[in-house]
Amino acid sequence: MHRVVALIALLLSLPLLGLFIPFFQTQDGSAAVDLGAQGTLLHLWKFVLGDYLVSTFVLLTGVGVGIFILGVGNAWLVANYQFPGKRIFEWALILPLAIPTYVMAYLFVDVLQFSGPLQTLLRQVLGVETLWFFPDPRSLGGAMWSFSFCLYPYVYLIARTAFLDRSARLSEAAETLGYSGMQAFYRLVLPMARPAIFAGMALALMEVLADYGAVSYFGVETFATGIFKAWLSFSDRLAAVQLSLGLLVFVGFIFYIEQSNRARLRYASSGVIQRAVLPKTLLGRRAFWAFACCGLTLLCAFIVPALALLKLLWQQGLSIDVRYAKWLTNSFWLACVTALISVACAVALAYAARLTKSRTLVWVNRLLGLGYALPGAVLSVGILSLLGLVEAAWIMSATSLVLIYAYLIRFLSSSLQSVETGLSRITPSMDGTAALLGATPFQTMRDIHFPLLKRSLLTAGLFVFVDVMKELPATLLLRPFNFDTLAVATYQLAADERLAELALPSLTIVLAGLVPVIVLSRAMSASKRY
Amino acid sequence: MSSKISPKSAVTHRGANRPLRGLRRLLVFAAVACSPLVWAAKPAELNLYSARHYQTDEALYNDFTKSTGIKINRIEASDNALIERLKSEGAKSPADVILLVDAARLWRAETDGLFQPIKSEYLDARIPANLRSQVLPEGVKWFGFSTRARVIVYNKARIQASDVDTYEKLAEPQNKGQVCTRSGSHPYMLSLVGAMIDRVGVPATEVWARGMVANMARAPRGGDTDQITAVASGECGVALTNSYYFVRMLRSKKAEDQALIAKLGFIWPNQQTSGTHINIAGGGVAKNAPHPEAAKKFLEYLASDAAQAYFADGNNEWPVVTSVKVENEGLAKLGDFKVENVSVAAMGRNQVEAQKILDRARFK
Repeated sequence: MHRVVALIALLLSLPLLGLFIPFFQTQDGSAAVDLGAQGTLLHLWKFVLGDYLVSTFVLLTGVGVGIFILGVGNAWLVANYQFPGKRIFEWALILPLAIPTYVMAYLFVDVLQFSGPLQTLLRQVLGVETLWFFPDPRSLGGAMWSFSFCLYPYVYLIARTAFLDRSARLSEAAETLGYSGMQAFYRLVLPMARPAIFAGMALALMEVLADYGAVSYFGVETFATGIFKAWLSFSDRLAAVQLSLGLLVFVGFIFYIEQSNRARLRYASSGVIQRAVLPKTLLGRRAFWAFACCGLTLLCAFIVPALALLKLLWQQGLSIDVRYAKWLTNSFWLACVTALISVACAVALAYAARLTKSRTLVWVNRLLGLGYALPGAVLSVGILSLLGLVEAAWIMSATSLVLIYAYLIRFLSSSLQSVETGLSRITPSMDGTAALLGATPFQTMRDIHFPLLKRSLLTAGLFVFVDVMKELPATLLLRPFNFDTLAVATYQLAADERLAELALPSLTIVLAGLVPVIVLSRAMSASKRY
Repeated sequence: MSSKISPKSAVTHRGANRPLRGLRRLLVFAAVACSPLVWAAKPAELNLYSARHYQTDEALYNDFTKSTGIKINRIEASDNALIERLKSEGAKSPADVILLVDAARLWRAETDGLFQPIKSEYLDARIPANLRSQVLPEGVKWFGFSTRARVIVYNKARIQASDVDTYEKLAEPQNKGQVCTRSGSHPYMLSLVGAMIDRVGVPATEVWARGMVANMARAPRGGDTDQITAVASGECGVALTNSYYFVRMLRSKKAEDQALIAKLGFIWPNQQTSGTHINIAGGGVAKNAPHPEAAKKFLEYLASDAAQAYFADGNNEWPVVTSVKVENEGLAKLGDFKVENVSVAAMGRNQVEAQKILDRARFK
């Protein structure tokens, strides 16, 4: 078991190690006009890197606040209360996950810009020439809103699972001790759900860090801008890699702080019987506010963007490119295969850490999860360097295995976070009891853990599936011949500035992602609580 | 069946020579597979790595396959992505033809040794010398197949044409708060600035960059089409954009595009001075191409009248072959113009310096 896990860990860490290869490669002949890595980094640091760091920090803070409020707030409402529309909101609030960040960015700007429907309507209603108070959507603020709407489902899903799995005994104990609802929430429920919330927020914020397409559309310059500037404008692969490694070190440091902060805390509730929380029915005004909160979130994050897409499509006229079927099958196939393998790897890695109680393995898992914060293009450079070293890069043109490999590393974090969060809520004493009763670890896993973990596994698979459907940079770089996906098709149209024409492929990505989102999320709500 | 069958007993035991029968079948199959008949029937292929991202190129490739029977296997990605991939693939790369859409990238690919020189009288005759790489004894490494210009559009209601008819004038004080551009880090902008460095030197270019930043109506963002719409909507008074996006709008039948164009004035920059900056889209045969003959055939096809007409009519670029008649009413409307005389090598060499200048001037 351990050898298998070690092998998996090694395979998945190779591209990250591959990032170090440019350190050992000498610059080629064109170095005459290049500055060398030191020159590039120094130049960047002197003039632009400081600004990039500041705007990255501001963006992350803004998005962090946004997804916390949207994700945790909605998850709390849906998990604990009964109000009109809750059955729909439960699964519908996950839908924005299907929209890629770059499509959301485009739609967000399209709806809110000067010539867009909202401002035009307001101008007509108020009878003015310009709305001086209306902020420009193409700005740091706009980016914050757009990313928050797009990424809160990560926090929502994981937090909701955490809230649902919470034992009723906790709340009852809190009530008898005199806590009001809000106090119980702040003092008890929120801290208990901390690993889950952190996991969800980490995923979302790493995705913001890694993003290049959407942030540049907003005109925001983040650290990723610096990485790409070094790589593309200065043609300095080494400097780009150094900056990326710096980024990874920073993300690793954050994880370290979080890990050490909760090292002494235990999140699995002990107690023989876990009773699920019964949702409290809300009446009157409270029900209305709950409905309004969830409804507004859904409206802004999904309904309005979807309508905007449909309107674009309508204006464009429905002309289906002959290659759509191929794009769709390619995307679907890649997403399914990657999701399955990724969940399997995540389970293997998480279990190995749990069973051996080895701190090294915990840290290995952390390191492997860092791939999520890397821009897809940079990760691909790592893979390219690796393949180049062994002169096997031609494989890429013949098969999509390299691409799947890249996806595995890039998205391991999503599945790992979900599985680890799920595992952390299962008490070690359960394992002990099972061992006492004569079960092997495998039997424990199959008969006890698996039913308890089902929701987390579904979440993990769902995250990876949707991520792969939307993935663009690594796909562009590593795909074989004649193998375009929906995301690639969208990119080609956007690069050609045929923005109206990318409505159909974008909508297809969203729809294709929606089907598993809805199916799995309903399965999650329907699955028995324990 | 618990009886063991040893190799020796197989010959005599279970019927005819089982293992040998399989081997015989394999040999027959191999012989058939290797026979010239089979290879002759195998369709020829061409592996294309293309940075061209234009929908209209589909027709281009389909026509080539129809007329020659050679199937094209394609990978389309940005120039940099392709160059990275090619460098990693090294000697075993399956690429036959590499097409790129920026002069500086062509130079980069050439310097990185990604092209192999080829000798083609057809191409040498049809493509002007300044639009292909220098002639070496072994041949020419890459050829330009179409050009596009960086032009100025302005809002007729707000700006006088005489105030914005050169790149340099955009940085002058009279245009404060009027200028829109895309990000300076985009290859098209870097090539423009690289050409400017070649013409007037680094200090003057830096002064220009700072002037541009001081004149900006808003921070650079969006693509070239976004700059056009920004000028039309009044967000800014003047913008730099790529000629083919403008011509595409010019030829569009949609009412809103026509309304947009009506508000805009168009200028060929620097006609009285150095000429308008142009950029080249082109390519060459890859260094370790597995199908070099097919690759050469494809490049010659791109210089043929039919393909050149596609570039003009389909994507609103200018063909490099001067004898081709352009049937594009949009391009015709814009007329002829004086072209800047800067070499591709200069644009390529100056790219790093261009980015440095833009960073110092805080040109985002």
